[in-house]
Amino acid sequence: MESTTAAFRENAAKALGDAKLRDALSKLADGFPARRREAMARLPEFEALRDAARDIKDHVLANLDFYLEAFEARVVEAGGTVHWCRTAAEARTAILRICKLAGAKTVTKGKSMIGEEIAINEHLEEHGIEPVETDLGEYIIQLRHEPPSHIIAPAIHLSKEQVADTFREKHRHLSPGRSLDEPRALLDEARNELRQKFIGADVGLTGANMLIAETGSIVLVTNEGNADLTYSLPRVHIVIASLEKVVPTLEDATTILRVLARSATGQEMSVYTTFCTGPKREGDLDGPEAFHVVLLDNGRTEMLGGDFHEMLRCIRCGACLNHCPIYKAIGGHAYGWVYSGPMGAVLIPGLIGLEEAGHLPNASTLCGKCEDVCPVRIPLPRMLRTWRQRQFEKRLTSSVSRSGLKFWSHLARRPWLYRLVADIAVATLAVLGRSRGRFRRLPLAGGWTKLRDLPAPEEGGTFISRYHRAGHGDGA
Amino acid sequence: MSNARSDILGAVKAALQQAGGPQRADTTSVVSASKRLGDHRANLIPARGRLGVKARVDLFIREAEQASATVARVSGLSGLPREVARYLAKNNLPMTLKVAPGISEPAIPWTRETLLSVEEGRADGSESASVSRAFAGIAETGTLVMLSGPENPTTLNFLPPTHVVVVAASEIVGDYEETWNRLREKGQQGRFMPRAVNWITGPSRTADIEQTLLMGAHGPQRLHIVIVDEETPAP
Ligand code: SF4
Repeated sequence: MESTTAAFRENAAKALGDAKLRDALSKLADGFPARRREAMARLPEFEALRDAARDIKDHVLANLDFYLEAFEARVVEAGGTVHWCRTAAEARTAILRICKLAGAKTVTKGKSMIGEEIAINEHLEEHGIEPVETDLGEYIIQLRHEPPSHIIAPAIHLSKEQVADTFREKHRHLSPGRSLDEPRALLDEARNELRQKFIGADVGLTGANMLIAETGSIVLVTNEGNADLTYSLPRVHIVIASLEKVVPTLEDATTILRVLARSATGQEMSVYTTFCTGPKREGDLDGPEAFHVVLLDNGRTEMLGGDFHEMLRCIRCGACLNHCPIYKAIGGHAYGWVYSGPMGAVLIPGLIGLEEAGHLPNASTLCGKCEDVCPVRIPLPRMLRTWRQRQFEKRLTSSVSRSGLKFWSHLARRPWLYRLVADIAVATLAVLGRSRGRFRRLPLAGGWTKLRDLPAPEEGGTFISRYHRAGHGDGA
Repeated sequence: MSNARSDILGAVKAALQQAGGPQRADTTSVVSASKRLGDHRANLIPARGRLGVKARVDLFIREAEQASATVARVSGLSGLPREVARYLAKNNLPMTLKVAPGISEPAIPWTRETLLSVEEGRADGSESASVSRAFAGIAETGTLVMLSGPENPTTLNFLPPTHVVVVAASEIVGDYEETWNRLREKGQQGRFMPRAVNWITGPSRTADIEQTLLMGAHGPQRLHIVIVDEETPAP
């Protein structure tokens, strides 16, 4: 997908002014986080399971080559094929080739963030193959030609009225007089439309929540059951997954599943968790005749072993989005690419470059909530700070903020000078602000004072000088 | 593409070697990695499912109901047709069923005492209800474990709007790990995974429109679990 990440400031400003979006996002705030808390409270071992999940992912990453080769060997034994792809372009080519060999006209799709990452839909369309998203949220945004705004709730930014308008516009063959006022009616209409697509599809393309090295299985987690219809009805099943999705054993996958749904939606377990191993077996009455796994690098090996190594532990649960004050204010589209929220702000600069995505690491209050809720304990705030530092080193920050920071660090390293300057500044502010008690505008603080006033100091004196006056300490 | 394979594996190895420290992929950790694959040791298992038989089945029922499934108990397989007919009638559903070959006539006398009309095989989307057989139930979260195969086609789990699943009380275990072990014991020469293992926890749902929870998104709108307390041998 093309990114609009460089325009983050404009995107965010637009989002903040969008009343419908704010309405939709306000529902997120009390939904997922509250249910996650309830699920945690029901499971005393939750915190210990997070540690276990983190340790599994760390172990996998430290032995990634071994587990990838083991996974590949088991897939082949089960009658499947693995396609290694360095870049998004290679993955698109591999998928298109399989589709063409299968003579495919329609490809049904389960929700896949990697599919979004490599923009597979556009590529298939260009070559005369119709991709059909089957997750309800993904289906809606596909009709609207929009990217997902949340990794697990892709249409969270839309109201039911907007969905109804979209269906009226796109489902022209249905009676214009039908009622689409209720979510149920919208779901039923989408279900019927998609049933026909499922039955007629030649290829099913899904992502994978995990790949299991022990058995060559791929794991699919959904609540709708759409992924299951996607792989069990067409002749060919293609799985697209990035390298870091591999885990050692069924037991390891199980541990991660215990924290995944609870962190994502607060469910004890998602409705459908599926382990697919190879194509149809002898005697089977259903299932695909061919099973392909497209294994994608697309920047992962560059993150491996570096400052953002731990980001590769991410299991895409969305908890960091649901708890992020910035995400909850602006939604996912402002981030301008397929990922969003804190995980997106760390991941996107790594995948599309800091030059393009430099605003994202700054779109954070560093409140630390994301790390608190992350099931695999990824130190997201630390990574955001690392990106900011890199930005400074690469001279990607503005000259005002660079000289400001330089000036500040010069002061901060010289306490006597810092105090002197602070004393003068506070005294000046107190004198200037005496009449009104506050400032409407201040030089260099326009961003702050645009939205609120700065209270003037009541009586001259910095915290330190008042502290001394109050008789504490001896000027340590 | 073989080029891509060696490039990627090479890049992984180089990154890990360069990183050193705890992220180093040295020989010891490769040995422990292959041992890990062979041992498939369980990680932390929550205490929740560690219960006696009766309490375990009760927990399974509670959790399944919490996930919006309905549950009934019958004392033997011969009671199954009547229970399914009762359930369909109560919900005003057509008395037609597609049943998995593993539990079809004559093993189960579907039509002897009921008005059910029964076919066996896979689903194609035209059915109103299906019946299939679970490999296990997991008390921890009220989850059913379904295995694909000639006896139990996967499509029965997903296409019909009503899905009835039969599980024996003796097959209800505490946690997921137990079912992996049972599956490994059952399998031959390491090939123990069927094409599809489906964990099912309640009926299909979505909250994609304004976070309103609705049942029956793509999979079944109703999931009815029939627990058979005593596995009676086929008549
Ligand atoms: S970073 Fe953590 S919380 Fe965020 S999506 Fe990934 S696993 Fe979930």
